[in-house]
Amino acid sequence: MSTAPTSRSHRTMLSRGRQWVPPAVTVAALIVVVASPDAYLQASISRMAPFTVLAVSVAVVTGHAGLPTLGQVAPYAVGAYTTARLALAGITAAPVHLAAGALAGAVVAGVLGAALVRYRGTVFLMLSLAVAELSATSAAGWQAVTGGTDGLAGIPAPSLAPVTPALVDDRAVLLYAATVTTATTVAAILLLHGPRRLLLLGARGNEDRARASGHPVNRYLWLVHTGAGAVAGIGGALLIHTHRWITPADVGFTTAAIVLLAVVIGGATSLPGAVAGAVAVLTVRDVVALSAPGHAPLLLGVLFVAAVYVLPGGLAALPARIRHLPRPRWLTRAPDGSSVAEPVARSMS
Amino acid sequence: MRIIHRIDPNGVPSQRSHGDIDRAHGNGLVAAGLRHAYQRLTVLDLDAFTVAPGDRHAVIGPNGAGKSTLLNLLAGTTRTQAGRITYNGQIITRRSAAWRARAGIGRTFQHPTVYPDLTCLDCVRMGGWHHRHHPEYTPKQVLDLVGLADHADRPAASLSHGHRRMLDLAVALAGQPRILLLDEPAAGLTETETDRLLDVLTGLSSWIALVLVEHDMSVVAALANWITVLHHGHRYADGPANQVRADPAVAALYLGTTGGDDAERQ
Repeated sequence: MSTAPTSRSHRTMLSRGRQWVPPAVTVAALIVVVASPDAYLQASISRMAPFTVLAVSVAVVTGHAGLPTLGQVAPYAVGAYTTARLALAGITAAPVHLAAGALAGAVVAGVLGAALVRYRGTVFLMLSLAVAELSATSAAGWQAVTGGTDGLAGIPAPSLAPVTPALVDDRAVLLYAATVTTATTVAAILLLHGPRRLLLLGARGNEDRARASGHPVNRYLWLVHTGAGAVAGIGGALLIHTHRWITPADVGFTTAAIVLLAVVIGGATSLPGAVAGAVAVLTVRDVVALSAPGHAPLLLGVLFVAAVYVLPGGLAALPARIRHLPRPRWLTRAPDGSSVAEPVARSMS
Repeated sequence: MRIIHRIDPNGVPSQRSHGDIDRAHGNGLVAAGLRHAYQRLTVLDLDAFTVAPGDRHAVIGPNGAGKSTLLNLLAGTTRTQAGRITYNGQIITRRSAAWRARAGIGRTFQHPTVYPDLTCLDCVRMGGWHHRHHPEYTPKQVLDLVGLADHADRPAASLSHGHRRMLDLAVALAGQPRILLLDEPAAGLTETETDRLLDVLTGLSSWIALVLVEHDMSVVAALANWITVLHHGHRYADGPANQVRADPAVAALYLGTTGGDDAERQ
């Protein structure tokens, strides 16, 4: 009898322990990459960071607000071009870039959201597609600010503070990009936790009931859309910090489509899932596809189909699916703690 | 501000007393000249509809009479095409459903609507969100009131139809309404569940006004002290509950023998 509470608390500790496994693996992998002498690997990983932050932004809008979007590339583009212009004007402080990118992204997403959040489903998706196309077209056409289709190059490296050296070393850039990505993701998770999560889950589940209980659903969605714009703006700033150049192709429809793909693969309602999905998509497109040149879109398509059929909840649902796999009979224990295989073994002897 | 009512040529005039109308203008709900059409089909054309504090006002009528449309217009779920609605003496015609709910106009739905991804307790929390710092009842007490205390941690989507209806009512009550609009609250309920519903509704504070759209005349008889009968969007009969229920023209309307109804009424 006394074993039951102990076993229950043991199980609780185990399940609490399990939730730390993915972050622990991520941190361990980062430490390995940072410690590695391979600068190309470090640069490749740090260049995934802006796309990852953009994926978090898209997951916030798609998963938490229930609005499948291709339009988050607009605040991403504005954050990136704002940062690029600030850096080219001699303001190289990274915190200023991040704040300016977040603010510019939030303003753009706020203005767009005022028109967009009245719509749902496919209509919203199509309108956001128009936003994605318009952002790339504007970036290509506004020569004086964006450099047109040539883009902006030769952007000075950022520095953490006026007295610190510029972030040019690949290892330093990786540490900086990983820190910003983690901080932004954790901040988004915390902001969407607790009562706000309840409000969004309820409003997304039944808008009429939510309105009849006094919840201004569209205002909630607008706030989420605007906040996600700030996240995308930070992603844009990070794009400049890690790549140091930008062209309209970086903020066009292809980026919008691939990031939505990454969010679906990661699991739309999970922000860590979006991070994992973004890393998976970039790994397939930029690393795995190296061994099959020209076939990156095909590989991405296969990844998408596999994710939809094999992992309906995305990568975020993977740990739970593994937990619920049928356990081998020899691992199953009877309530008294003995293995159910033991009586079978005894009867065999 | 007093609204001058347009007289509906196709319906009978409202029988509400001047005292009730004055109370409705002061602290209740008044809809004047409400007209609503879906394309060319006019589904509601009502010169006046008043709800005074503490009213137990039933709206009955055959299918397609415009009862749910009236409730949706009062709740703000449907946008008003023509007419004016005032609440507490303030014009709320263009106010959203959410604004009206926060102001004290609560409602339940014809098809019980719950938050499918939430537990019953969280559903009630959503309902009482705007009163969470000063709740009249805690979410658990509201669930207990409607008999769902044992289901507090169950997902709302897993409830039976009857329980969903009671949860819909619990969510509406958690919003501490001053006027509660009930759209066929007893539809699909078993006898026991209907008794429970009547216990809850008859036990509500006397200052809460109920507007009840219902087909079950036993529920109307148990709750309503005033009945408005709608037919083809017009007021067909209006008066104290016992008089309207005894009106042979109303009985004939429900039995489907409405030819020459004007003659019957006279």
